[in-house]
Order: sequence, then C-alpha cells, then structure tokens
Amino acid sequence: MKRSQRRRLTHLSLYGVLIVIVLAVAFTADWHTVKVNFFDGDTWKALWPDIVTKGAKNTIWYTAIAFAGGLTLALVLALMKLSPILGYRWIATGYIEFFRGLPALVVIIFMGLGVPLAFGWSPPGGPVGGGLIGLIMVSSAYMAETLRAGIQAVPKGQTEAARSLGMSSARTMVTVVLPQAVRIVIPPLTNEFVLLVKDTALLSAVGMQDNQLDLTALGQNGLNTYANPSPLLAIALMYLAIALPLTRLVAWMEKRQQRAR
Amino acid sequence: MNGTQRAIEVRQLHKYFGDNEVLKGIDFHVDAGQVVCVIGPSGSGKSTLLRCVNRLEEPTSGQIFVEGVDICDDETDLDKVRSRIGMVFQQFNLFPHMTVLDNLTVAQRKVRRRSKSEAVEVARKNLAKVGLAEKENAYPAHLSGGQQQRVAIARALSMNPDMMLFDEPTSALDPELVGDVLDVMRQLAEEGMTMMVVTHEMGFAREVGDKLVFMDGGVIVEEGDPHEVLANPQHERTQRFLSKVL
Repeated sequence: MKRSQRRRLTHLSLYGVLIVIVLAVAFTADWHTVKVNFFDGDTWKALWPDIVTKGAKNTIWYTAIAFAGGLTLALVLALMKLSPILGYRWIATGYIEFFRGLPALVVIIFMGLGVPLAFGWSPPGGPVGGGLIGLIMVSSAYMAETLRAGIQAVPKGQTEAARSLGMSSARTMVTVVLPQAVRIVIPPLTNEFVLLVKDTALLSAVGMQDNQLDLTALGQNGLNTYANPSPLLAIALMYLAIALPLTRLVAWMEKRQQRAR
Repeated sequence: MNGTQRAIEVRQLHKYFGDNEVLKGIDFHVDAGQVVCVIGPSGSGKSTLLRCVNRLEEPTSGQIFVEGVDICDDETDLDKVRSRIGMVFQQFNLFPHMTVLDNLTVAQRKVRRRSKSEAVEVARKNLAKVGLAEKENAYPAHLSGGQQQRVAIARALSMNPDMMLFDEPTSALDPELVGDVLDVMRQLAEEGMTMMVVTHEMGFAREVGDKLVFMDGGVIVEEGDPHEVLANPQHERTQRFLSKVL
C-alpha cells in the first residue's frame, strides 16, 4: 500500500470513530432532561435583564477594577524587582512568591472577611470591596512577573543609547524602555485579563448585596430560587461572551507580532 | 576651543569583567579636533576602552577626564557630560517606537530643554547633513542598516556634542552600505569634530585619522601617525594583525 493510501485510510477511520461517538451521544442522551434542566424557558426569561444589567455589569466592573489596581501595583513591584537596591528586590520577590503560592480564594476571603473581623475594618463596598483588594494583591503578583520580563526583553542597547544622550535612568525608563516593554507585554497581559474575568467568580464567596451580584452569584441564586440549573448555563454563555472576543484578540495580536519579527 | 586642550584623557585605566582583566593600564588621549582611530583584534579591549570614556562601562581603576572633567568623580554630573559626547553604536540602537524625527528631537527636548520648534529645526539640519532629509517621518524598521546608522549619527549630532565616539559603526552593515556612513564620518572630521573611532576600516583610518592606536590583549601596543603605523608597523604583534586584515 502506498503512503498516501495509508494516510487516507487512517483519516477515514478517524472520521468513522468520530461519527460513531457523536451518534452514540445523540441517541443515548436524555434530551428531555437536558432541555428541562438547562434550557428551561421560564427560568431563562426570569433571569433577563438582571443577567446583563447586574451580573455581567458587575463582573466587568470587578474585572476592570482588579486589572487597573493590579497593573498599577504590578508596575511598582516590577520596578522594585529590577531596582539596584537589594532591599527593594527582596521585598518584591517575597511579595510575588508569597501571593503566587496562595490560592486566590484564600486571599479573597482573608481580605473580605478575615481582616475586617480581626481589625474591625469595614472595607469600601463591604466584603466584596475587601475581596477585590485581595484579588488585586494576587493578580499584581502575576502581572509583575509579566511586566518584569517585558522590561528585560527590551534590548540593553536601547538603554545605552538613551543614557549616552544624557537621559537619566528614570527618564530612560519612561521615554525609551517602558513604551517598548508595553508592546511586548500586551498579549500576555490580555491573557491575564481573561484569567481575571474568571477569577472574579471567586468574589461571590464573601457574600454580596443584591446590587453587587456578579454572574456567578446570580447563577447560584438562580439555581436556588428556581430549583433549576438553567441559570448556570446562562451565566456560562455570558462568561464566554466576555472572554472569547478577548482570547481571539490575543491570538490575533500574537500572530501579528510574529509577522512583524 | 583651545587647540591643545585634551578632549579625552585616560590615565592608568584598568577594567575587569569578573576575574578577566580586559584593560591593563591604558594611558590614552585625544586632543580637541583630533580624529583618533583604534584598531585591534576582537577581544583586545578597544570597545571597552571607548565605552569607558562615557562610563557606559564602569572603570575598575584609573582616571578618565573629558574636557578636563574627571568623569569618575562622584561630584560630576554624568548625564551632563554624556550629553556633550555623541555616541554611535555598532547596532545603531535607534528607538524603534519613534519616528526618525522623534529619535532626533527627544533628547534635545528632555535633556537640552529645547523648544519643539528649535529641536525640529536642529534635527532637520542634521538629517539633511547625513542625506536623509526625506526620511523624517519613517520608522527605523523601514530604513536600511546604512540609513539607520546615518540617522544614529544625526541623532548624536543633534545634541551639538563636543566630540563623537564611534563603536565599530560599520561592522554591522552590508558592504555596499558602508561607504555612505564613512562619507558622513569623513565630512564630520573635515569640519573639525573631535572623534574617537573604533573600527576595522583601515582605509578610513589611514585617510581620515590623525592618530592610529593599535590595541591587543588589553594594552596599547603601538600608536602614531596612521600612515606610519600601517605602512611600517614597529611591533611584531601589529605586523601580524595588519598582515591579516590588509
């Protein structure tokens, strides 16, 4: 048998297996149960419009706040980690290793409920606000490493050229290094953003007031209220609607960056 | 400018990279208005010497004076000294996120504190000088290596430096692009610019240089009039090197 024939035969049998699996699922699945439990029309209607005006809105808000706060803190940490002063490097390294080693959920509960309980502190926005601070602390640790790598990826000659023109090291960082580092880190940072969209689901663990409900909390409430899992499918689709365009965007940017190289 | 003033004076310069002694007690000077070419095999320390002059490399010991100012003194404003020394790199090191014009104006504005219109005027004058007036809105990635290097020279010139350091400026260029860059450098020399040039271009060193320095193994082996040194090298190591490159 020729190699091309053999390859065609392999492909045919692979397709055959796929078709068998699809048919098996289609005939053995209990479609009625699936429809009643995940596509219950009344439940879907009852979720509207809160799922968008409340759930999606709050999820996007929490993501934006955590990303902006995390990125700011991450920049400080990255610069500390690259500092010539040993003390700063130690602090930054310790912080990053500490928060990358902990489950985000633990930090969120700690900041949302633990610290308020211990110090009688009432975080802005209640436990969710404290939880958001926790999420900022965790995400900044990851983003700091991304930023540091981006800054270090800018060729050393760029710094030398800037310094040889008489720019101070701070001026060099702001005018020459950071603008180039930003381009390098945009794809990985968008990835962090997508991860953050999903991590905001953890915030629901500290309890939310009605106007603070994010998609996950809304879905869980719906599950209890209507005794039907349809809300879970609904919020899953909402998460995908937020995250998918972003992941496609990253893929597109990475492809473009590779071409430019 | 006083014709006898030393633009660059290096005394007993030592430089270690770890345990490796790259410069072993260099005494060296460039007079104002002089063009000094430094040649030697790779690893001889010639680039390190040049990079010590504006302290891109930190000397291990010894003294370096630029126009009489001790650049290793803590009191010296290093950024200010550097802004008077133009530097041209082997890899050009243009800022890729800026247009050619912005490359030429950014340091004028942020370091020299020139107004935008003044900086642009100076930049355009220097772009015209290197023959690239029409490229001011291009990004570096869209220029050939030779054009990039001429922009880099124009960028350094836009700071109105008192002297220029060239670190193998043509070594990264395709052979057919070398000539344009050397022409610009030759023109600068004719205008009286003080220049220290680390190079492999023996023709340039012979025609343009006022002094030729041959380095090997971290020491200056031989120096003198370029015609003399190239035609009649005194030292055996110089002879061996020149026999390979000429």
